[in-house]
Formats: sequence, structure tokens, C-alpha cells
Amino acid sequence: MNSFWSITLATLAKDIRLEWRSKDALNAMLFFSLLVVVIFVFSFDPLAEESRHIVGGLVWVAFLFAAVVALNQTWARELRNQVLDAYRVSPAPATGLFIAKALGNFILVSLLEALMAPLFVIFYNLHVLGPAWQLIPVALLGTWALVVNGTFFAAMSIRTRSRELMLPLLLFPVSIPAVIAMVAATTSILTGDASAHFYIVLLLTYDVVFTTACLGLFGTVLQAE
Amino acid sequence: MIEANISPGAPLVSVSNLVKQFGRFAALRGVTAEFDSGQFHVILGDNGAGKTTLLRVLAGLANPTRGEVSILNKNPREACREIGYMAHPSLLYDEMSGMENLRYFARLYDISGDERCREVIRAVRLDPELSRPVGQYSQGMRQRMSLARAILHDPKILLLDEPFSNVDVHSARDMVGLLKGMRDAGKTIFVVTHQSALLEGVADEFIWMQAGQILDRTRDLSPLARAEQP
Repeated sequence: MNSFWSITLATLAKDIRLEWRSKDALNAMLFFSLLVVVIFVFSFDPLAEESRHIVGGLVWVAFLFAAVVALNQTWARELRNQVLDAYRVSPAPATGLFIAKALGNFILVSLLEALMAPLFVIFYNLHVLGPAWQLIPVALLGTWALVVNGTFFAAMSIRTRSRELMLPLLLFPVSIPAVIAMVAATTSILTGDASAHFYIVLLLTYDVVFTTACLGLFGTVLQAE
Repeated sequence: MIEANISPGAPLVSVSNLVKQFGRFAALRGVTAEFDSGQFHVILGDNGAGKTTLLRVLAGLANPTRGEVSILNKNPREACREIGYMAHPSLLYDEMSGMENLRYFARLYDISGDERCREVIRAVRLDPELSRPVGQYSQGMRQRMSLARAILHDPKILLLDEPFSNVDVHSARDMVGLLKGMRDAGKTIFVVTHQSALLEGVADEFIWMQAGQILDRTRDLSPLARAEQP
């Protein structure tokens, strides 16, 4: 295995180990998402037909807000004891760190989605009328869209005094096209009214563009004082 | 400001007219100096004198506002494999054991296998089998593990910021002995400290900084510095 992937996987394994031991991000995300599910189901008490139209938005907004918790946490642990400086003085590539962090967040948010999806189905009495398998690429591409930008902007806001506020301020406007595509694709699949193909391609394009941009700029962000 | 090169030969590290500003505050104000290889340099000065900033610039963690830094005729980023940096914080993950920490940092330098990690942990007189997380170490143990991380990739140059702070005298003397051994093995060592007396008779040079400039460079601990000891 070449050095780049060896460093990336070592960083990813380290992050998973740290999260497994502390469970800081996962617990916070789960609790937050659970609250969203419960509060909305009691607020609206929707019928099955109504659910299919609103759940797409509800699911992704819940995951977007929950992801912010994980995104802040992933860099916060690098600030304790200034461990990030140990990476910065090493010859390890900045992109290795970025990919490892983005993959770590992707795994964490995907795990959250896997745990929360059955709850959404149960609480909102959901029956998918369109091609259900398309929810998989929408979930994968949508999650990557959230975490790749989130990881980048979390790194940018890491040294600001109010980073918990800065991250959503930077992340949410940039995520609007992806969120629109995710919600529209999910609603199309749930209702079976239209094809989600266009939105899946849009998400794929968004992911390619922003992943490339983040990879290109992350070195500057990492070495910034 | 004295611009001195104490021993002959090509300098290993040189800084030229180094200025580092944080907003309107200048932490370094035109530092020019050359440092030879295999020497033990101790950087002294009051808080805010620019010692840590100088070390961070040498480590490549801070970019100079003006001036140049040359380490082995490269810039600090290019020379990073030859630099070991120990900061005032531990630069270690509190939730992982010492061995787990070093195993991770070893990967960053393409060092595979555990043997080198065990070797440096033993070198700082800790036990590689110690499984408890670094967060539960005593301050002295943490400082030694931090030193182990800094020497993991066998760098030619060691930059150590306050390595003896909050360390008991016995552990500090242990660390000084270890550093002396490294200098004797040819390493170039820069130590920022307020406990210069610990290094008297060991260091090759004492560098006194004040207000972002090098005020004096002496072979012996100056009476001024001695008087500053708590």
C-alpha cells in the first residue's frame, strides 16, 4: 500500500478508535435526531400520504443539523493538546488528513442514518411508492455532499472563537443545492411521482466539484496560522 | 543585537532578518543568527520575548512575516523529516495509550512496525506495555512521551519548547541526561526553557532573547540568567 493511503487509513482508524472510546459525536447526533423525529411526529401527526411529501425534507434537515455536531467534534479533538501541530510538522500530506476526516464523518453520519431510517419509517408510517433502491445512491451521495463541505468548513472555523456558530454559517448556504437535490430526490422516490435520476446526477456533480475544490484548498487551510 | 556564529563550519540552521508579526504586535524583530550542527542551544528570555515564536518558525508552524529561514539549505517544510518538535502542550491524544499514539505518528513518517516505537519509549524511560491512556499519565510521564514522539523519526534537529515545565527535578534531570546523550550522538538541540540552571554544564550555548531579538549568545549561563532563576 502506498504511503498516502497508509497515512489516510491510519488517521481514519485513529479517529474511529477515539470516537469508539468517547462516543461523543455519535451520542450527540443520535439524541438530536431522535428528538427531531419525535417532536415532528407529535407536532404534525401526518397521514401516510402527507408523510411521503414532507419526510424527505425532514430527514435531511435532521441529518444536516446532526452532522454539524460530528463535524465540530472531529476537529475539536485535534485542538486538544494541539495535536494538529504534530500532523502539520510531519511530512504527511494534507489531503490524507482531509480524506480520512471526511471518510470518518461519512461513516459516522451513515451509521446515524442507518439507525434512524427505521424510526422514520415507523413513526411516519412510510411506504415507498417509487424505486426504493434509488434511496441508496441518494443517501450515499447526499451524505458525502454534507460531510465533504462540512469537514472543510469545520477545519476553516476550527481556530475561530465561536466555531460552533461559524460552521453552520459557512456550511448551510453552500449546501443549499445539495439539500434541494437530496430532498427532491427522496420525495420523488417516496411518492413515485417523478424520476429521481436528474437529482442523483446533480448530487454526483456537486460531490465531484466540491470534493475537488476542498482537496485543492485544504493544504492552505491546514497550514494557516 | 549580536549576530554570532560560535563554532566554525557551515551552519545547519540559519535565520536572516526574521520578523514575525501578529497583527500590530511584532513577536520577532529582525532576528539574524546561524546555528551549527551537533550543538545544544538553550533559548532564554522573559515571557513574550519571542522564544516560542522563533521555535515555531523553525518548525515550519508559523510563517515569517519577513526574512528567511534555512534548515539544511531548505525551508522548514521541506526539511520536516529532519525536525523533531516538542511543544508546551503534549501533542498527544489523551484517550490513547503512549504506544497507540506513537504507532499513529510513526505512520505519518512512513515508519512501519512497532519496534521503533518501543525503542523510543524505552529511551525516555517509560514502559511500552503501559496500556493506560496518556490522559492518565503524570505530567512528567506525559512530557517524556511527548519527547518520544518528537524523536520517533530520528530527526537531526530537535526543537523543544519548555520540556521541563511542571516536571519534578528528578524527571527533569533524567530528560537532561537523555538530551545530552542525543547531542553527543550528533543531534542539534534547541531548548526553550525558564529552568536554565538544569542545563548548565550540558548546553553548548545560551541564547538570551528580549523583545523579539537575540540580545546575547554565551557559552556559559550568564550571571543575568542565573539571577533570573526562581
